[in-house]
Amino acid sequence: MLEIKCPYCGKRSQNEFSYGGDATIKRPQLGDEISTEDWDNFVYYRDNPRGKHSELWHHVSGCRQWFKVSRDTATHEIFDTCKMNEDFNV
Amino acid sequence: MQKYSVFSLVKNAFTNHENWEVAWKDPQPKKEYDVIIVGGGGHGLATAYYLAKEHGITNVAILEKGWIGGGNVGRNTTILRSNYMFDSNAHFYEFGMKLWETLSQELNYNVMYSPRGIINLAHSDAQMNAYARRGNSMRLNGIDAILLGRDDLKKMIPFADFSETCRFPIHGGLMQPRGGTARHDAVAWGYARQADSMGVDIIQNCEVTGFDVNNGKIEGVQTSRGNIKTKKVGLCVAGSTTLLADMLNMRLPIEAHVLQACVSEPVKPLLHNVVTFGAGHFYCSQSDKGEMVMGGDLDGYNSYAQRGNMPMIQHVLTGGLAVFPNFSRLKMLRTWGGIMDMSMDGSPIIDKTHIEGVYLNCGWCYGGFKATPSSGFVFAHTIAQDQVHELNSDFNLERFHTGKIIDEKGVGPKPWIG
Repeated sequence: MLEIKCPYCGKRSQNEFSYGGDATIKRPQLGDEISTEDWDNFVYYRDNPRGKHSELWHHVSGCRQWFKVSRDTATHEIFDTCKMNEDFNV
Repeated sequence: MQKYSVFSLVKNAFTNHENWEVAWKDPQPKKEYDVIIVGGGGHGLATAYYLAKEHGITNVAILEKGWIGGGNVGRNTTILRSNYMFDSNAHFYEFGMKLWETLSQELNYNVMYSPRGIINLAHSDAQMNAYARRGNSMRLNGIDAILLGRDDLKKMIPFADFSETCRFPIHGGLMQPRGGTARHDAVAWGYARQADSMGVDIIQNCEVTGFDVNNGKIEGVQTSRGNIKTKKVGLCVAGSTTLLADMLNMRLPIEAHVLQACVSEPVKPLLHNVVTFGAGHFYCSQSDKGEMVMGGDLDGYNSYAQRGNMPMIQHVLTGGLAVFPNFSRLKMLRTWGGIMDMSMDGSPIIDKTHIEGVYLNCGWCYGGFKATPSSGFVFAHTIAQDQVHELNSDFNLERFHTGKIIDEKGVGPKPWIG
């Protein structure tokens, strides 16, 4: 069982959360000239690291806020969590 | 190579089974090979076998970091099927089903192919309509499919919950009678033994640590057992694909996720088919030893750990108990996890790459085991001929650029939902 610290509610069990994927992906800027490669990268291509991974989680059965988690994909260790407009401390 | 038969069994019984030949050798890596396959799982071993058998290329090495068959080919739930709707999938997997049917004879190794039928249960009228459509698509592609009603199923799986007041009543199902199971380890060992007998070097405990690429061409691989030259490299490493692709500066439409499975204690024969629950993700078959082999959803977050967490086991088995309430008293024997190379459209990638001589076989999601023979066959063709086989021409990397994706489930590029 993962224990995830929601930045709004504190530590809760994994059951209360749902996953939202890689947090480093940025949608190409609206209004800019966007190449098809940029779209491919945004929609389909991922770094998929073995180790530290920034990802989105949703406290769906709690405060319903989205937030960011820094977690190790090899050990499942959670290093840090933060709000969407913040950066990790660790 | 010693042929396995009832006579060789009897003959060896007289000598206490102490004189069997080793099934495959343990060679030192040579300085150079025509083709190197990275990954000694089902797909890698099958690829090496078909390279030797179909294309006469026998100066081949399989490099395996651990031991052969220790990854996903030893961790799956052994299900075989070709019940796909899209043409590219249907043709590819049906070609594989035909290989499965004669694989034991071809490999002189009993892979225990058991065409016990796979049944997908439907729990609503809409789902019955969808299954009728899928069944029709399958039959148009020459694949066997039968639409079952509630009364048919009552005879086949009488112990399922057929009450009308349950949350997901059983309306019917779609069955592929030729679908079933095979003994997963035997598949790896059978391919390994035959490939070895034709001259393929199976090199275990040999981790690939880098690639020598010069002017866009592959020239060799660096391994924990020294550098080896080659002109062609095939990657068959499933969940570890991104780790190798990183060494080649290749970014892929792949995410690694952990999928768990579990088996119960052995019980007397009860479940004669493979059955999938249609209102959640749960599937089950009974092994020849009597264990219920069960699986379901991904844990749902990126992971390279070959183990999962209890919440997903609980979730999957809750679905299982909804359809088979009598399983509630089964004791669990063991659970385990494997790393899935989840592609962004749920379909595999078998293709050439931007580096000359590097070939890619990945993106198998949950479905790699049943594809072992067909994947090996077309990947061997792709490597030997330096061009894709017609059966894997749609499983290209280009589709993530052109938009001609093969999204059988229609969930979009979110593998953790699929």
